[in-house]
Formats: sequence, C-alpha cells, structure tokens
Amino acid sequence: MDSTIKKICEGDVRTASRLIRDIEDKRPDANTKIKKLYAHTGKSFIIGITGAPGAGKSTLTDALITEFRKLNKTVGVLAVDPTSPFSGGAILGDRIRMQRHAEDSGVFVRSLATRGALGGLSQAAGNAIHVMEAMGKDIIIVETVGIGQQEIDIINHAHSVVVVLVPGMGDEIQTMKAGLMEIADIFVINKANRAGAGQLQTELSTMLNLSPQTADGWKPPIVAVGDAFEPATFSENTAELAQTIEEHHLYLKQSGKLTERMHRKAMTEIKDALSSCLMEPLLHSLITSGELEKLSEKIKNRKSDPYTAAEEITEKFFQKRRGK
Amino acid sequence: MPERKIRVMVAKPGLDGHDRGARILARCFRDAGFEVVYTGCHQTPEQIAAAAIQEDVDLIGLSCLSGAHRVLFPKVVELLREKDAADITVIGGGIIPEQDFSMLYDAGIKAIFTPGASLDSIVEWIKTNIKPD
Repeated sequence: MDSTIKKICEGDVRTASRLIRDIEDKRPDANTKIKKLYAHTGKSFIIGITGAPGAGKSTLTDALITEFRKLNKTVGVLAVDPTSPFSGGAILGDRIRMQRHAEDSGVFVRSLATRGALGGLSQAAGNAIHVMEAMGKDIIIVETVGIGQQEIDIINHAHSVVVVLVPGMGDEIQTMKAGLMEIADIFVINKANRAGAGQLQTELSTMLNLSPQTADGWKPPIVAVGDAFEPATFSENTAELAQTIEEHHLYLKQSGKLTERMHRKAMTEIKDALSSCLMEPLLHSLITSGELEKLSEKIKNRKSDPYTAAEEITEKFFQKRRGK
Repeated sequence: MPERKIRVMVAKPGLDGHDRGARILARCFRDAGFEVVYTGCHQTPEQIAAAAIQEDVDLIGLSCLSGAHRVLFPKVVELLREKDAADITVIGGGIIPEQDFSMLYDAGIKAIFTPGASLDSIVEWIKTNIKPD
C-alpha cells in the first residue's frame, strides 16, 4: 500500500491534514491519492450542522463531540469559514469553541476556508470527509459556514442534517420558505431561553405539520437548547440532541433511506470529479493559451456568441481526446 | 500549478486574557491573504501544538503579555519537535524584554515582535520566510 494511504488508515494526523491541504491547494497528485483512499471510505456516519452566523454551530459541535466521546466514538470535525473575496484570506475561528478537545487523540478538528465556493462548504469538503473516513473516524461532523436561506450543499455530503435556528430572526413566513427550512432532519432552537423561542417553536411545528415529509415516517424533531452560559441545562439539552441524531441514524438505516442518501452523495461526487477532470483543465488551458481572451474579444464585438464559442471549444477538446 | 495558500495560527499560551493584539494580527493576516486559525485565550502549549498539526499550518504566532514567554514559547517548539513537526515555524510577540531575545532564539523561536512593530513588518517577515512547498 502507498505509504501516505497506509499512514492515514492508521490515523496519522499529520499525513491526513497534509493530504487535506493538498486537496485544498489542488495539488496534481491529490486526486491520485483519493483514488487509492476511496476503498477505505464510506463507513463513517456524517452529520451536517448548518445555520446562520452566530447561531451557535461551533458551540453545539463542541458539545456533540463531548457526547459522542462519552460513547467512546472517535470524531472528526470539518469546520468551514468564509474566504475573503478581496484578499483571499480567511479567519478560521470555529475551533476556538472546540479547543478543549485538542489533546484528545480520538478527536481531529480541521478548519477549511470556502475559497470561493458558494454552497456553504468548500470544494475540498467532500474529499476532506473521505480522508477522515479513511482515518476510521466513527462520526464526522461537518460545520458549514454561517448561511442564509439557500446554501445547502451540505445535503449532498451529510447523512443527517441539523439546522440551527435562534429566536428573533423573522416571522412565520420565514419558516415557510424553500431552501434551508426543507433540508433539516433535525431542528435546533438554540439560545432557547431567550425571548421569542416559544413562538419560533410554534411556527416550526405548524410548518412541519404541513410538511409532506411526515408521510414517510420521519418528522424532523425540534430540540430546544438553552444558553451555553447555563452549563447544566445546556449539557442536558445537547445530550438530548446527540440522542436525537442517533435516532435519526437508526431510522436512516432501518428505512433504507441511508442507501438513498449515499446514492445522492455518489452522484454529487461524480459531478464534482467531472468538473475537476474536465472543466478545470479545460478552463486552465483556455486561459494559458490565450484562447479565452481571443474568444471574449470576438464575443464582445459580436463577431461570435457564447454558445458558438462553447461548441467550438468542446468540439476541439473532444477531437484532441479522440486523437490521443 | 496554483501556489499554496499560507496557513498560520495565532495562539495565546498561558493565563493571559489580553487578546486585542492577537485579534488585530489575525485580522491583518486575513487581509494579507493568509488563512488564519485563531484558537482563543488560555491555551496550553500542548493544545497549541496539537491544533497546529491538525490544521497543517506553516507558522504559529504566539502572543504573550503576562511574562511567561520564557517557559511557554520554548515549550511549544519542543512539543512540535517531539511530534515530528519541527518544520512548523514559531514566532512570538508581546511584552518581551530584550534580554530574553537570545534565550528565545536559542530555543527555536524564529522572530520576535514587540510593541511598536508595524503590522506590515510582520506580514513582510512571513511572506519572505514562509514558502510552503
């Protein structure tokens, strides 16, 4: 076995983190390594934690790590924070909340910057999950960037999705909207001791009672979690959340939904891989050969149009491929 | 091949809750195009070294205003060596008397920035000295 792959399968953090870096930095051999790693993946249970900025995703993730460690499960965490569209830099601050687990060898926390991805994750997230799977983590928690209504790539990567809401973010209409409110397997009303939590609970229940999801046997439960500054209630509530996640996992397995979700995940992975094998090199060659520049000039002067240009490009690309 | 993104960690070891400076630096590193992991206050050297390895950072910037730098800074370097991660550069800053500089350099701290150091000079140092392969 390749020595990198062997080390990762033995749980070596340094090697794993470096491969995640190679994936993020799009090193040419990263895909080769993923190919070799792939047979060792697919056994972990993947939980997505998503919600608005400041809703408490990192604090909840930290509490979930504690709960899963009590059950002797090993945990990997991928925490995504936004990249600056101006400087390309990022502040990766999620792990501040999780540092008490830093020395626990059963926990591996890795921060990712979005690097321009708009779906709430980073392009590297899917393969970074695979690296943690190959390390043998029982549970992988993927914390998205703070999101709004529609950045829901997490559903293509996680088995269970936890949507974290806080009181005071709008009226009942917000709970009726498409996107985020549809993807939850579990809702958390965080900071539930604050004003408006009861109302939010009522609105959510009303929305869920109308939802067709109830027909197939899983009605997303609502878990209220009190402020983390009151540790006793908080840990009681987060223990309940961990329990609810476990119940959903069991439901997925027993109902056959897990297979469905893994199928959806596989489709996403093919699309992502296609884009990395086809689109990226194609664009790269168009840029370096100066052809993109020439075509843009033609389109700008209305000597051509984007569709003709795209057809010409693909025609040439496949001709070259056939010639090989 | 696109260039590697520089990843740095800003960390505050020991019993020192004054992190205004560390936060300003973290922000300034963000604006310089680095990915910055910030771990918050009251960290043990063990937590810092473990986090740096998990995050695959190229550099750790330690900030200490409490006077414990003589013990805490070298400890971080030592732990990295133990964990086969001596390639992670460690620099330090804070209230550090000049007579401690040579002791810290000997312990493996690669640069020290004290009050008055400009943000630009720190960024410049990193860009010159950190070339991730």
